[in-house]
Amino acid sequence: MNTESREAATSSGDRIFKGVSYFFAISVMCLMGLVVLVLFKESLPSIQKFGLGFITSTSWDPVALEFGALPAIYGTVVTSIIAIVIALPISIGIAIFLTEMAPTSLKGPIGVAIELLASIPSIIYGMWGLFILSPLLGDYVEPFIIDHFGFIPLFDGAPLGIGMLPAGFILAIMIIPFISSVSRDVFLMVPSILKESGYGVGATKWEVIRRVVLPFARSGIVGAVILGLGRALGETMAVTFMIGNSPDISLSLLDPATSISATLANEFTEADHPLYLSSIVELGLMLFIITFVVLAIAKLMTRRYEKR
Amino acid sequence: MNLHYLRRKLVNYVALGISLLSAVFGIVFLCWILKDVLVLGLPALNTSFFTELPAPPGMEGGGVANAIVGTIMITVIATVVGVPAGILAGTYLSEFGRKSRVASAVRFLSDILVSAPSIVVGIFVYALLVGPMGGFSLLAGSLALAIIMLPVVIRTSEEMLKLVPDSTREAALALGAPQWRVTVQVVYRGALRGMVTGVMLAVARVSGETAPLLFTSFNNTFWNFSLTEPTASLTVTIFNYAMAPYEEWHSIAWGAALLITAMLLVVTLLARFFARGRSTG
Repeated sequence: MNTESREAATSSGDRIFKGVSYFFAISVMCLMGLVVLVLFKESLPSIQKFGLGFITSTSWDPVALEFGALPAIYGTVVTSIIAIVIALPISIGIAIFLTEMAPTSLKGPIGVAIELLASIPSIIYGMWGLFILSPLLGDYVEPFIIDHFGFIPLFDGAPLGIGMLPAGFILAIMIIPFISSVSRDVFLMVPSILKESGYGVGATKWEVIRRVVLPFARSGIVGAVILGLGRALGETMAVTFMIGNSPDISLSLLDPATSISATLANEFTEADHPLYLSSIVELGLMLFIITFVVLAIAKLMTRRYEKR
Repeated sequence: MNLHYLRRKLVNYVALGISLLSAVFGIVFLCWILKDVLVLGLPALNTSFFTELPAPPGMEGGGVANAIVGTIMITVIATVVGVPAGILAGTYLSEFGRKSRVASAVRFLSDILVSAPSIVVGIFVYALLVGPMGGFSLLAGSLALAIIMLPVVIRTSEEMLKLVPDSTREAALALGAPQWRVTVQVVYRGALRGMVTGVMLAVARVSGETAPLLFTSFNNTFWNFSLTEPTASLTVTIFNYAMAPYEEWHSIAWGAALLITAMLLVVTLLARFFARGRSTG
């Protein structure tokens, strides 16, 4: 082969390879755009029929073909907030334990154990929650809450073991690995010279953590929490099992409710009318846009802690 | 003075104790869930579980053989579609794009899509494929999982390819090899171990997915090997069986849960072990 044709072969090979890999890289963006486009097109009938009222209406009535998303949005938001409130302190505790406290021999195994929590599929959490956790909550925990805190409207209700609080609790266990692993990475970025100067002036370990590590890591932790929020908002199977699936808005966290994802999972294949289906797809579109925005914010906030 | 010192020490121990308890909390739930899945799932794993088709409610016996095969088929097809696409996209980010705007946009989107709700992908594939094709299908389920797998594979393969030192690339280029050969024969080879690990994790992750399969591959009480017919999967079977009011079905659901969980844990631990082998050489 002479030099010229060999060079030509080389450069065309390069061009093809680069072109193909570019195509697949671009395909992610196209896919993303296509998802939004397709969902929007499918939800057009519902958007045209209900307009903005879809978001504010509380009626979800497949028989009368009246659909409002407020109960589902309410359930999604409330369960996610419960999940964050429970998961945040525990995740920070785990991150502190793994970075500042645990002896080296324990760091690995405990870190792996927490990460394994993330690898258990959502459906297993849901099933375990329904059959094991929910009876326990209904028999022991919720009666206790009702007896002692029942005067607060949030905890006034019947001890069913399913509802927004149980769903939020399962969600909390599911997002702990994500929040704690991001927080741990952020804590590891704190320069040791800062911590050492803390110890140098006689601070205790907790004082160093509170006055040096946490302030340094603040925006990273906020990012981690928002990431956890994004996960919790879109989590489907576990919530479907635990939330009770009733399209009502109730102040009590012990009452059954529904969420966007649970409505999708339960009713999508039952939708027997184009408008019904279209309304469900519109719920899906809303969920996608909300989680996208939340996750994008989380990504931007944790970006500066990434290892270079 | 002394009292002040004592108080600080006390606060220190209380705070550290709470952080210890948090770690214990996580581990307790992990062990608790695994214990229940094992104890309740093990009795269901008998010969008929692995060899028979589902039995109607109330009947003794019956298994989930079709769902096991279904899950394997869906996952394999998803892997065949998703992994090469993801690796090539990852290659662009690591070898060609690097700091280009396209590359950083793709990175950003992939990171978000990794955590995006998988049920939305199910709806997307439903609208794209199930509606026009006139029914649920094995193909639709596989496509949904391939889409979910894509961003995971892109990000891990990029990370792994980046670990190959630039001097290796330059050495190969200096020998006169075209860039595509450098990538395929030198860079891929150097990153092989890490990429295999990443792919294993991605495959394991999607094989536990339920939500995107509910309206794509749906369910089937019989065998199916056709791309265009509904197909049973372990996860959807768990969903249907656990929601049903029959004791025998619950037991089979626990068995299926044990199967999926055990497989996922083994793969995750293997992948970790594999990845550790890489860093120590």
